[in-house]
Amino acid sequence: MTTPAATLSTPKRAAPRRSRFALTMRSILRRRSAALGLVFAIVIVVLAVFAPITGGHDPLEQSLRHKLKPPGGDYVLGTDPLGRDVWSRLVWGARVSLSVGVVAVAISAGLGTTAGIVGGYFGGRWDAAIMRVIEVLMSFPLILLAIAIVAVLGPGLTNLMIAVGISSVPQFARLVRGEVLRVRGREFVEAARAIGGSQTRIMARHILPNVISAIVILATLRISTVILTESALSFLGLGISPPTPTWGSMIADGTKWLRIAPWISIIPGIAIMITVLAFNLLGDGLRDALDPRLRGE
Amino acid sequence: MVFVLRRLVATLPTLIGAITFAFILIRIAPGDPARLILGDEYQNSAALLQVRAKLGLDRPVIVQYVDYVSDMLRGNFGESFRTGQGVLPEIWSQVPGTVTLAFAGVFVAVLIGVPVGALAALRRNTWVDYVSLTAAMLALAAPSFWFGILLIYVFAFLLGWFPIFGAGQPDSVLSMTHALVLPAIAIGARSAALVARMARSSLLEVLNQDYIRTARAKGVSQPGVVRRHALRNALIPVLTIIGIDIAYLLGGAVVIETVFARPGLGKLLVDAIYTRDYPVVQGTILVFSLGIVLVNVLVDLVYGLVEPRIRYG
Repeated sequence: MTTPAATLSTPKRAAPRRSRFALTMRSILRRRSAALGLVFAIVIVVLAVFAPITGGHDPLEQSLRHKLKPPGGDYVLGTDPLGRDVWSRLVWGARVSLSVGVVAVAISAGLGTTAGIVGGYFGGRWDAAIMRVIEVLMSFPLILLAIAIVAVLGPGLTNLMIAVGISSVPQFARLVRGEVLRVRGREFVEAARAIGGSQTRIMARHILPNVISAIVILATLRISTVILTESALSFLGLGISPPTPTWGSMIADGTKWLRIAPWISIIPGIAIMITVLAFNLLGDGLRDALDPRLRGE
Repeated sequence: MVFVLRRLVATLPTLIGAITFAFILIRIAPGDPARLILGDEYQNSAALLQVRAKLGLDRPVIVQYVDYVSDMLRGNFGESFRTGQGVLPEIWSQVPGTVTLAFAGVFVAVLIGVPVGALAALRRNTWVDYVSLTAAMLALAAPSFWFGILLIYVFAFLLGWFPIFGAGQPDSVLSMTHALVLPAIAIGARSAALVARMARSSLLEVLNQDYIRTARAKGVSQPGVVRRHALRNALIPVLTIIGIDIAYLLGGAVVIETVFARPGLGKLLVDAIYTRDYPVVQGTILVFSLGIVLVNVLVDLVYGLVEPRIRYG
C-alpha cells in the first residue's frame, strides 16, 4: 500500500517529447475518415510503385483471344477490346495519375509560394503586379487553362505536368499571400529585421516555416483536383499518347464498348473516385490536425 | 447604375490581361502559323513570306501586340485556319449551347442541393444527414465526364429513357430539353454537392440565431420558421458558392459536350486543338474568360439585390 507521502514523492515521469510528424499522424489516425483516407492513399501508392509486381499481366500485351472478357477468372477486372488486362492497366495508370498529381502540385506549390511570399512580404508594386497576373489566370476555369497550355505545348507527360501545375498556381499564391500578410508584422519578423537579417533570409527562415502547414494542407487537397484535371485531359485525348495506360484514356476507350463491356469505362472511374476521395479525406484530416483555424473554409 | 459601370470598368485590366495571356500563349506555340495554314506541301519560301506578311507576322512583336489588342477590343478575332471564316461568328454560334448547359447545371445544383442540404440540417445526425453527406462526398470525388458516361449507360442504354448523345431536334423545345437532362445532371452533380454542404452548414448556423428563437416564441410553426425566416438568410452563402462555381460549370462544359457529343464552345475548342486552329483556340478561350468576368459582375449585382447590407459603392 502506498502512503500519500510516497505518492507525492514519486517524481512524475516526464511526457516523452513527440515530433510534430508523430503528433500529426496521431491526430489523423484518431479521426476515422482521415485514417481511412491515409490507408487508401498508402494502398494506391504501393500498388502504383510496385506495378511490375502488383499489375500481374503486361498492361500493353494484346491477346485477341481474350478480348472483352468480363471481370472474374484469370482477369480480375476483365479485359479491353484488344484483350489487355484492365487491372494491370489500372495499376500502371495509377503511376501516371499519381506522378502527375505530385509533380504538378509541386510545380504549383513552388511557383505559387514564391509569388505569394514575394507579393505578401514586399507589398506595393510587387504585390499589385503579382496579384494582377493571378487574377488573369483565375479568369479562366482551371481545366480550360490546362487545355490551353497543353494545346500550345503539345501532349506528353512533362507538358501535362506543367500545364496542370501552372493552372493551380493562383490557389497557392493567394493562400500564401494571405498567410504572409498575417505574419509579416509579427515581432519575430521585426526582430529578424532589427538584427540585420537579409530579405531573402527573413522570407526563407522566418516567414516560410510559418506558412508551411497551410501549404501542406492545400497541396494534399490539390492532388485530388489535379488528378481530376489530368483524367479529364487524358479523356479528351490531350494527355499522354497511347498505348501508355491512363485512367482518363481508359474511360475514353471504353465508351465505344459501353453497351457490351461497361466495365472498361466504369472501373477506371471508380479508381479515380477512390483516389480523389482518399486525398480529400487525408487533406481534411491534415487541416484539422495542423491548422484548426482553417476548419470549415 | 454608377455601381454597374464602375464594376464593369474594373474588369478591363483583367480582360486586357487575358488577351495578353492568349497572345503570349500562341506566340510560344511551336510551329509557324503560316506553315500550318499552307500545309506541309508548301515549303516554298515566297508563298510562306506572303502568308506571313498577310498575317502581319513579319512586323515587330510589339507592333503585332498592339494591333492584336486593338483588334480584340473591337471584336475582330481573326480568321479560322481551317475554314477561313471569321472566328467570332463561329464562336458566337456555339455560345447558346454552352450557356444553356451551364445554366441547366446551376438549375440541377439548386434543385437537388438546396432541399438535400436543408433536409440534412433539419434532420441533423440522423441517417438522412449521413446519407446526404456521403453522397455529397462521392459526388465531389467523381469525375463529371465519367458520371456522364455512367448516366448514359444506365438511363440511355439500359433503360432507354433518354437519347445517348446529341442536343435533340433544333425545332422542338421538348426534344432539346429531353436531351439536356443527362448532361445537366452530369455537369451539375458536383455543384449540387457543394450547394448541399453549404446549405446544410449555413442553415444550421442560422437556426441558432436570436431572430429564429423570436419567431418560434411568437408561435410560428416549424415549416414557417424554416421557409420564411431561416432558409431565406441561409441561402446567401449558397449564392456565393453558385457564383464561384459557374466558372467551373463553364469549364466543365468543355468535357461534358464531348461526352454527349453536344455542339458548344467546348466541342469547338477541343476540335480546334486537334486541328491546331490557333485563332479559334485563342478566341474561344477569350470568350470563356469574358463570360466568367461578366458572371462575376452579375453575381455581385445579385448580392446587392438579395442582401442590402453588402451593397457596394
